[in-house]
Amino acid sequence: MLTRLTTLAAALLVSTALNAEPVTGGRANVVIQPEPPSLMMGLVQNGPTQMVAGQIYEGLLRYDQKLQPMPQLAKSWDVSEDGLTYTFHLHDNVKWHDGKPFTSADVVFSADVFLRETHARLRTSLEHVESITAPDDTTVIFKLKEPFGPFLGIFEAGTMPMVPKHIYEGTEYKSNPANNTPIGTGPFKFKEWVKGSHILLTKNEDYYEEGKPYLDEIYWHIIPDAASRAVAYETGVVDILPGGSIENFDVQRVSEMENTCITDKGWEYFGPLSWMWLNNREGPTADKRFRQAVMYAMDRNFARDALWNGLGKVAKGPVSSSTRFFSDEVTNYDYDPEKAKALLAEMGYKGETVRLLPLPYGETWQRWAEAVKQNLDEVGINVELVSTDVAGWNQKLAEWDYDIAFTYLYQYGDPALGVARTYLSTNIAKGSQWNNVEGYDNKEVDALFDKAAVAVTAEERQKLYTEVQQKLVDDVPVAWLLELGFPTIYRCNVKDLVTTAIGVNDGFKNAYIEK
Amino acid sequence: MLRFILMRLGKAAIILIAIMTLNFFLIHAAPGDPAAVMAGEAGAADAKFIAQLREQFGLDKPLLVQLGIYLKGVLQFDLGFSYRQQMPVSQLILDRLPATLLLTMTAFVISLLLGTMAGVLASARVGKWSDTAISSLALLFYATPLYWAALMAVLLFSVYFNWLPGFGYETVGANYTGLARALDIGRHLILPATTLGLFFMAVYMRMTRASMLEVSQLDFVKTARAKGLKSSIIQRRHIFRNAMLPVVTLAGLQAGQLVGGAVLTETVFAWPGIGRLMFEALAQRDYNLLLGVFFVSAAMVLLFNLITDILYRFVDPRIRVA
Repeated sequence: MLTRLTTLAAALLVSTALNAEPVTGGRANVVIQPEPPSLMMGLVQNGPTQMVAGQIYEGLLRYDQKLQPMPQLAKSWDVSEDGLTYTFHLHDNVKWHDGKPFTSADVVFSADVFLRETHARLRTSLEHVESITAPDDTTVIFKLKEPFGPFLGIFEAGTMPMVPKHIYEGTEYKSNPANNTPIGTGPFKFKEWVKGSHILLTKNEDYYEEGKPYLDEIYWHIIPDAASRAVAYETGVVDILPGGSIENFDVQRVSEMENTCITDKGWEYFGPLSWMWLNNREGPTADKRFRQAVMYAMDRNFARDALWNGLGKVAKGPVSSSTRFFSDEVTNYDYDPEKAKALLAEMGYKGETVRLLPLPYGETWQRWAEAVKQNLDEVGINVELVSTDVAGWNQKLAEWDYDIAFTYLYQYGDPALGVARTYLSTNIAKGSQWNNVEGYDNKEVDALFDKAAVAVTAEERQKLYTEVQQKLVDDVPVAWLLELGFPTIYRCNVKDLVTTAIGVNDGFKNAYIEK
Repeated sequence: MLRFILMRLGKAAIILIAIMTLNFFLIHAAPGDPAAVMAGEAGAADAKFIAQLREQFGLDKPLLVQLGIYLKGVLQFDLGFSYRQQMPVSQLILDRLPATLLLTMTAFVISLLLGTMAGVLASARVGKWSDTAISSLALLFYATPLYWAALMAVLLFSVYFNWLPGFGYETVGANYTGLARALDIGRHLILPATTLGLFFMAVYMRMTRASMLEVSQLDFVKTARAKGLKSSIIQRRHIFRNAMLPVVTLAGLQAGQLVGGAVLTETVFAWPGIGRLMFEALAQRDYNLLLGVFFVSAAMVLLFNLITDILYRFVDPRIRVA
């Protein structure tokens, strides 16, 4: 028996070893949608830019799917006991794609000069930083003004990409001609961009990690129509469809093809959470009972199963379950139209019309808005759908000109980075749709978020965040929908593509094609 | 003739400036602006950041000042800078122009040649089965929505039969050169150009047929027949030439749109042309780029109107005298 077990274990070991042996060479054909406006990741941080340029540029750290930091440009790091000093030790053999050495001076320039000017999201986090210094070529020290819990979570390539000091120092960043031929330290180099057609990246032969990357080149195909993107996969032109490439109603058909694998992993860092903004300032949505009624009226399981192919999860509250400090000890809003009707009767809702803005991101979102409208109609809420394009939708939210509006936002792994911004009353300001757009004002919640952000221990932070989640879920400042599942679809012989918390965005470093 | 052309060019310049001014105000009347869209894509931004972008793009200046700056640039043949794509507008347009011209001109030639030929054929066999067949086909092409026809073409010829590539300008990564590349592009061109040409093909066919029939009833044709001229000569010299006037008008209209690209066809077939560039610029409120595309396509419409008017004078000597 023992022998048989040993043999089986040995066989497993051998097969794992065989599978785990990466193959060098080959080309990846990937869809990119929409076409990125630019590949200079220090200047532009939209989704497609991060996906393509994430292979060109790097941050100091990467994160695994449990959001634990892993080495990237920094090979190790120390945090002082008081949580105020973060010291990063850099690899000493890193070169920019133009052959110049990468040093700590580039880190200081990127974080303290370049990105402070250009990166709206990062510069909010950098407000906690007192100084960034480089005592030698391979050491960088970040000194904080006060402890900041999520600090170790802001070193991912999209959040803090390293940009070359020797190219950008003293220039006008936005119009620097080098923006069209991006120079990074990453596993792939920029080779060619035929606008409207494709982007070509080729292997960085001088990459500092021995043997990596495995692929010779990556072709990113720009195909503007969702149906054509599905056809591109079906006819073998592309082999990888990153999350969101095709309409949800095509996902099942395409993923059932031969030699096709599908995964919804690789979004843990972003934790995309969808909700409906409810205008807390005026109209029926200003009444907490109305907002709770909306939660009870929605059949979110139906939305997940019918519109999202069963991928993703029904949201518990403001924090995504993949984000740190998530708690499920909160009130449950299961589908219960009777309870919704009772709440509406209690508040004395008289059938005032509420305007609902769908998210103008394609067919799935339009259908979702129609499904919600039907749910709300059924409990007696009068809903009028208002259509806009993306620019119009931006404007309406930024000007608070809505009653209910669909959206989804990223959480960046920590409530202090991606959750608090939606609920802090200090974050109520017209002109942006990433702040407290709903106008929720609760000083208790403010205090809890503020305390949790600077608390030193994880236990303490968990306690404070659990409490804030309970309060928010009771008040329903916004109507949480689903933790979205964006499936990456790919040929099964593409290996190790999605291994980190940002998936395809930095996935080609490890990816290889099995022969 | 030269005086006529110069006068028309002068008028065209004034019309062009008027069009640009109108476009400028129309675009700015749409909700949202490029700064908000770009900040939006970053996934986070505060009002300060958006204000900083607006200042960089010059969007903080009064509208009339912005218009003045823009028109001054245009007069110096400078179409401005696309902040979103971080490239000069003229460069972006020039990059896309060859692909668009290849697509639209192929579609133009296909539709004009086949449409006119089918129209002549149908008019010569009025009431016979070939006329019925051609007319029914024309009606079908005329009524089919382009988007649907395009998707069906891809489904049939690309997915099902696997005869032709379903999208793109050429095989990406194949690195063909010379004749092999030309053939590759040609294969990619067949589906989009045919789909795009279908509608106009139907229009040319119907117009040629109707016009031929109308002209054939006129007195000078009867006279020609009475003189005992051969039927083929009457068809060619007397009827066809006179029947072509409305077709030339229509061709002029279609030709004017060649540069504007074909938004739907270019989108479905992932053709890297100007139509898509324009559509994306519109969605992103990329003002300079959008105005640039409008400028080039408006200039082309005016140019082709002029060419049509000159052609008239050759096709129909009566206009030359008038």
